[in-house]
Amino acid sequence: MSDLTINAPREKDVARAGKFVFWAGIALLVLWVLVPIWFLFVNALSSPAEVTSFPKRFWPSFDLASLQFFWNFQGVTAALWNSVKVAALTMILSIGMGAPAGYALSRFDFPGKEFFRVLVIMTRAFPLPLLALPLAVMFIRTGLDDTILGLALVHTMLALPFAVLITFSLFSGIPVELEEAAWTLGCNRLQAVIKVVLPLALPGIMASAVFAFVISWNEVFAAAVLTIENRTLTAFLLQSLNVSPLPLKFAGGAALVMPALIFIFAVRKYLFAMWGIANR
Amino acid sequence: MAEIVIKNVAKRFGAFTALHSVDLTIADQEFMVLLGASGCGKTTLLRIIAGLETPSQGEVWIGGRRVDHLPPRERGIAMVFQNYAVFPHLTVFENIAFGLRMAKLPQAEVERRVKRTAELMHIEQLLKRYSGELSGGQRQRVAVARALAMEPDVILMDEPLSNLDALLRLEMRAELKGVLAESKTTTIYVTHDQVEAMSLADRISVMNGGYIVQADRPTEVYRNPAARFVGSFIGNPPMNFLPAQAQGAGRWQVAGLDFDGPAAGAAEFAIRPEDLHPAEAGLRAEVRVVEPLGPHVLVTAQVAGQPFRAVLESDHQISPGEILTLAPIPDRIRWFDPETQKAIA
Repeated sequence: MSDLTINAPREKDVARAGKFVFWAGIALLVLWVLVPIWFLFVNALSSPAEVTSFPKRFWPSFDLASLQFFWNFQGVTAALWNSVKVAALTMILSIGMGAPAGYALSRFDFPGKEFFRVLVIMTRAFPLPLLALPLAVMFIRTGLDDTILGLALVHTMLALPFAVLITFSLFSGIPVELEEAAWTLGCNRLQAVIKVVLPLALPGIMASAVFAFVISWNEVFAAAVLTIENRTLTAFLLQSLNVSPLPLKFAGGAALVMPALIFIFAVRKYLFAMWGIANR
Repeated sequence: MAEIVIKNVAKRFGAFTALHSVDLTIADQEFMVLLGASGCGKTTLLRIIAGLETPSQGEVWIGGRRVDHLPPRERGIAMVFQNYAVFPHLTVFENIAFGLRMAKLPQAEVERRVKRTAELMHIEQLLKRYSGELSGGQRQRVAVARALAMEPDVILMDEPLSNLDALLRLEMRAELKGVLAESKTTTIYVTHDQVEAMSLADRISVMNGGYIVQADRPTEVYRNPAARFVGSFIGNPPMNFLPAQAQGAGRWQVAGLDFDGPAAGAAEFAIRPEDLHPAEAGLRAEVRVVEPLGPHVLVTAQVAGQPFRAVLESDHQISPGEILTLAPIPDRIRWFDPETQKAIA
């Protein structure tokens, strides 16, 4: 009895302290992500004069002069459009190749399967700077240099391992019996995949497509090395970083972050579903 | 007409042999149950008939057509899976209609068949729901309806009731029997549950270690096991076995008692627990455990140092430590060859 009376308040204190640490941790993580984004937007949405002045504002003045300046800056719109094209192509290529590979890995036993899985990851083991020079030489020889397709191919190489591994676990989560049931009901292998497997895997495939898009969108090194005329936005901003004024950097940063954020926000349900679609 | 003939079918997975050269003929409209413990090859055999597994050797014929090289969709079969395999992204209606749409039936016919099978399985009020909104029993009904809607020659069922709770299983069992008898299809039904097998089957194929040990009517399988394994697997509690010493001229001594038995060779004495009754003369059984089961009482005893069970009328007052003399019903005694494990006629 006496033990209880002594322990009860202490346990309460411990629980309270634990709760405090828990919420403090959450607050810290949220701030960690939000503060830089917030400053980016505050500065992007303020007038150039406010951006360069000190102290910084906490609320943006909603002056669009910085963005306007950025938008009208020579080559920005072309670079933005290039980024979209490269990222979209990367998305299509990496899912187009990655999803079938993921399906094969999850459904078939073939010799060298484990080796193949390691090989997929191995493509990420070589640092891009190491590959960039031979790639650039090869691209110039084949005429792929400074093209959307050439850069998309490099980005696909970067995104493919994720596409393969995400779709592999996705397809593995869909019971084989569903496919077998479709076969007994009149489907061939391809029809069963299209009618049964794909609808169930779609959320995850969407998520991994978005992931591929964002990888390409954010990639700067290969883009800077392999393109000259057809720069993507990241390469363009990197190139003009030293010479451009502060408002342009902020506006450019916001323009880079925005699509990625919006895209991921739009498919967040599917991203969560990626872990939620159990064996049903 | 869909007679199924399985000729010399074997299946090897690497060094492991799941099926050893199986021969089996299933008559048109027959209800055949493949019964055995897990790993006996029953599901492998079913999947070979379905076309989901390729046999390492042998032939499968359905309705006079050799099908072992055909994909599942060209075999005229429908299958019900253990975990139901109801498509989660489709409504119950679309699940049942799935095969009909693949067969490109006109919409009116699709609707007619879905409606009819849904009524048959009592799920007409669930047609708009998704599988996530159904209970296990309802999913089971959808899976059966989906198979029936195809109006197949053959329905294959892989432990369809094993994921249901006991009460529901009893209910579905009776319903399945009625529905399948009416549909006039040939049915192959895999289960490890002997009660299910007994109650549903026209014939039972008892499987063990990749062999079909016996394929016969349920009462035959129960009364006249073709092998020691069948006697020890079927029946709850299973058959009792006792060693027997040959006395010559077809006389055998079992636990100190003389019986008429096989003419020659070696033999093992076997009797079902319910084919015993207390009598003046009989096997001397030392009672260990007494379990009242309502109408009967299950007595676990020792006879000649061997475990021995008897199911007796519950009006006998029996207590542990007691010595019973149990007389076997003479025409229920069976003999097995201890060498081959086969029954001696």
